Amino acid sequence: MKLPVHNAPEDRMLPSRRVILIGGLAAGATALLSACSVTGASQQKGGSGSGSGVVNALFMQQAGYTTSDVTAMTAAFEKQNPNIKIKPVFVAYEALHDKIVTAAAAGTYDVVLIDVIWPAEFGNKSIVADLTSRYPADWQSSMLGGALITAEYDKKYFGVPWGVDTKFFYYNKALLAKAGVDPATLGTWSGVLDAARTLKKTGTVKYPLAWSWSQAEAIMCDYAQLVGAFGGTFLDASGKLALNQGGAVDALRWMRQTIVDGLTNPASTTFLEQDVEKTMNNAQAAMGINWTYYLGSSNTPANSKVVGQIGVLQTPAGPTGKRPGVNGSMALSVSAGSKNQDAAWKYVEWLTSEAQLDKYAKEALPIWKTSYTTPSVVQSSPETFAAAAKQLDDLIVRPQVVNYNGISKIIQVELQNALLGNKTAQAALDDAVKSAAPLMAG
Amino acid sequence: MAITRTRNIDAPPGPPGGGGGRSRRPAGQGRLAALLLLPAGIVVFGIIVYPVLRTVLISFFNVDSAVATSTPFVGIRNYTDIVGNSDFWSTMGRTLYFTVVSTGFELLLGLGLALLMNAPLRARWLLRAIVVLPWALPTVVNGAMWRGVLNAQYGSLNALLTQLHLISDYRSWLGTPASALNMLVVADVWKTTPLVAFFLLTGLQSVPREIHESARVDGAGAVRTFWSITAPLLIPSVAVVLILRTIEAFKVFDLVYILTGGGPANGTQTIAYFTYVQAFSDQRFGYGSALADVIVVCILVLSAVYLRALRRNEMSLI
Repeated sequence: MKLPVHNAPEDRMLPSRRVILIGGLAAGATALLSACSVTGASQQKGGSGSGSGVVNALFMQQAGYTTSDVTAMTAAFEKQNPNIKIKPVFVAYEALHDKIVTAAAAGTYDVVLIDVIWPAEFGNKSIVADLTSRYPADWQSSMLGGALITAEYDKKYFGVPWGVDTKFFYYNKALLAKAGVDPATLGTWSGVLDAARTLKKTGTVKYPLAWSWSQAEAIMCDYAQLVGAFGGTFLDASGKLALNQGGAVDALRWMRQTIVDGLTNPASTTFLEQDVEKTMNNAQAAMGINWTYYLGSSNTPANSKVVGQIGVLQTPAGPTGKRPGVNGSMALSVSAGSKNQDAAWKYVEWLTSEAQLDKYAKEALPIWKTSYTTPSVVQSSPETFAAAAKQLDDLIVRPQVVNYNGISKIIQVELQNALLGNKTAQAALDDAVKSAAPLMAG
Repeated sequence: MAITRTRNIDAPPGPPGGGGGRSRRPAGQGRLAALLLLPAGIVVFGIIVYPVLRTVLISFFNVDSAVATSTPFVGIRNYTDIVGNSDFWSTMGRTLYFTVVSTGFELLLGLGLALLMNAPLRARWLLRAIVVLPWALPTVVNGAMWRGVLNAQYGSLNALLTQLHLISDYRSWLGTPASALNMLVVADVWKTTPLVAFFLLTGLQSVPREIHESARVDGAGAVRTFWSITAPLLIPSVAVVLILRTIEAFKVFDLVYILTGGGPANGTQTIAYFTYVQAFSDQRFGYGSALADVIVVCILVLSAVYLRALRRNEMSLI
């Protein structure tokens, strides 16, 4: 006898459950697909707001203005604007980009700190607001030209520059003196290598040079500076990636050779800027390039065993005689999704004002032209300002393209492949250009 | 099966379209049950089912921004791109290496620790308290700690090994892809071995003492007792640990993020980290979603293989 399984009431329930589930899924999918986008995002959801209330701000905790600097600037702002409450959050530079991206959909932050390489991406993808209409007309003439372009993309301003920064050349005066090296010879990279050889030969320091060549944006900054010195370019005249030609290849070959010759600390491929800072502060390296903040760090006894021993120079010249510094400026942007953009703008204006930036000129160079002729500002770090006067005239920028972050990651890997000896410089950069081509296209 | 059939045959026919036996239950009881299940249902749907469905949906679109307003449908192109991407395959190979080696070492060391913690030692409580410490550390802290320990300039590992004259010169442990990947394994093994040890300790404690005593009476030595009694009875615990650790190791992300950032030269980039970079750093959310789906499928396959093997051996306790 066949069992009446199919007639069992419990089993009769099964098809109906399935129908409900499938129906629910179909309804959900239809609802989602019927919206403008699968992300659920609609066109511009930000707003001006009332010009008061809470402003959430995202900063980085690394080079440039310190946490305590920002806290002090913010406290002064809140005192002036009692109807605006600032809630700052600090993350490491390495987490900043992804934090901005992930927070964009929720509109978590009203003000975000962005790097010079992100305006194209964030502006194009409507993550930060176009601030062009808020820019006072006189900023065009009162702001340094090199600073003004920091947050510019497609003839629009997506932020206000917040400190100009570039990598200067730092050297340990005491170690050089011990090895009998004249700092005047450090004006060119070949002079630096001669100095490094002497430092090594005399046993003054095992690895005279330290770099931030970790698989991170840091290696791109160091490389960009050397590409400029060796007469290379990131892009050719038609806007295509041209790193596998001329000076860009020579620069990478030179970098690898310094490791092979034992002049560069091989651990540099794991270093970020703060590792270079610690290595130099412990007198384990005699020379290196780093951001403006480093001189202050080297002179802070709590951080450093080399207080008063570090000198700063304009970045050395390459075989072409060129010596551009990498443009490492940052900018403060207002999130496109912020519902309190007027208050956010007030805060940005305050933080970027000449009065505020002049106070903290030791950490990052001011964006205003008059700061460089104000004696009290220049006196806060005379050596840095002397080097900056020459270096800020000539800055090299990394490609201002929408998919820069993805392209940069491809280049970082290939640079490391060459530095580790896995590939020749030419092969690595050929591969980088080939892999990055689809991202360059769109 | 027999019980089900009997129940079905014996059950009186219910009203048309009704719930049969269910209709006899007090109506309030069913509502109460539904009410009690509702919070769990919301949580499960909200944090598991909905995101999974959403991820699957997004994987069929080209989504290039977190706030994209135009997201063209691309069908299975994201999946075909994954299959054709050599980086994906090298990343999978690396992930497999990390999973097999770290899980293997954790099992081996965990078993040793479990046997030690199960031994009648005087300070057994102290040993157990110390052993659990690495597991108690958050993974991010563990990663930061190992980053310091392995630092080429001031790391304590270099200091220890040079002072013990095991190496003559400081080494850059995270400086080459192979070395960095192995250091990732070390950091994972250090953190997770205690968990494995405690799982196995529970298994060891569930083995009846009488069996050991009988074996001893029959003249079996310690080694024979271990292989003939302890090991077979420990297999269910090993199986549970194996499934848990394989899945966890396959998904490793935070340790990579903190310790190496995927470098050098992508040498420590695992599949979860690769997915993160594609989705959030490169803003390829459609592609990232497809990668996330691939991870889910891989884990489902791994789990199915394990569970099938366990069922076949009739050794499963789960």
